[in-house]
Amino acid sequence: MINIYGFLILSALMLFIGIYGFLTRRNTLAILISIELMLNAADINFAAFNRLLFPSGQEGYFFTLFSVAISAAETAVAIAVMINIYRSLKNNFVDNLDKLKW
Amino acid sequence: MATTIIFYILAAIILICAFLAVTTNRIMRAATYLLFVLFGTAGLYFLMGFTFLGSVQVMVYAGGVVVLYIFALMLTERQGSNEKSPISLAKKIVALMASLGGAAIILFVILTHKFLDAALTAPNEQLISVKLLGQQILSSGKYGYLLPFEAVSVLLLACIIAGLIIARKR
Repeated sequence: MINIYGFLILSALMLFIGIYGFLTRRNTLAILISIELMLNAADINFAAFNRLLFPSGQEGYFFTLFSVAISAAETAVAIAVMINIYRSLKNNFVDNLDKLKW
Repeated sequence: MATTIIFYILAAIILICAFLAVTTNRIMRAATYLLFVLFGTAGLYFLMGFTFLGSVQVMVYAGGVVVLYIFALMLTERQGSNEKSPISLAKKIVALMASLGGAAIILFVILTHKFLDAALTAPNEQLISVKLLGQQILSSGKYGYLLPFEAVSVLLLACIIAGLIIARKR
């Protein structure tokens, strides 16, 4: 028998692994990978709470479905931005992105 | 009993691969580990009985997003290009402490809060059939999701246009 605690602990750990990656990475693509980890952790919570609190309804189900769609859209735009950055800077590191600083 | 063992195996796969995805130096390996994390998440959805959601996770994430990552990776990384400018050890330690502290707070809150102690077993297929999902997503009634469905479709159109405009050659 699995209860809600397993899912919550798993998604909390996954979220903070994602945050660690977000803070330590310098490549934009690696930062995007960390963001995907955080989004997945949130999605697991939606699904688990739907199963726990309201098993005959589909609220968390649809929230997760739309969240997956939105993160796919976000990835597409982010990768377009990244390719644009690569065209102008010839690399992908956030340290070099200081043209808008002043 | 079997579901418990499957859950622990999936959780171990997810945590190990997530940790490797954020610590490995090669971005291609990070993308591959992310793929395993996404497959593990899909396995969790199947375990909870959300079969359609698990399929969407595999199709959209593993089939779409990760492939997009790998194409972007091959477009933007040069041969053998890794994390060339690693951040300093002090910053890494601060980031580790921030995430460990946050995780400690969240885990404390989770473990001290009394949730319903019900088993999260998979319901039967009668409960969440794909037919029911399809009717709900396109109905404007009480449990209908037509408005967010249309909003997401407009969002995807906006994303197509934005992706084309941002990534075009000038």
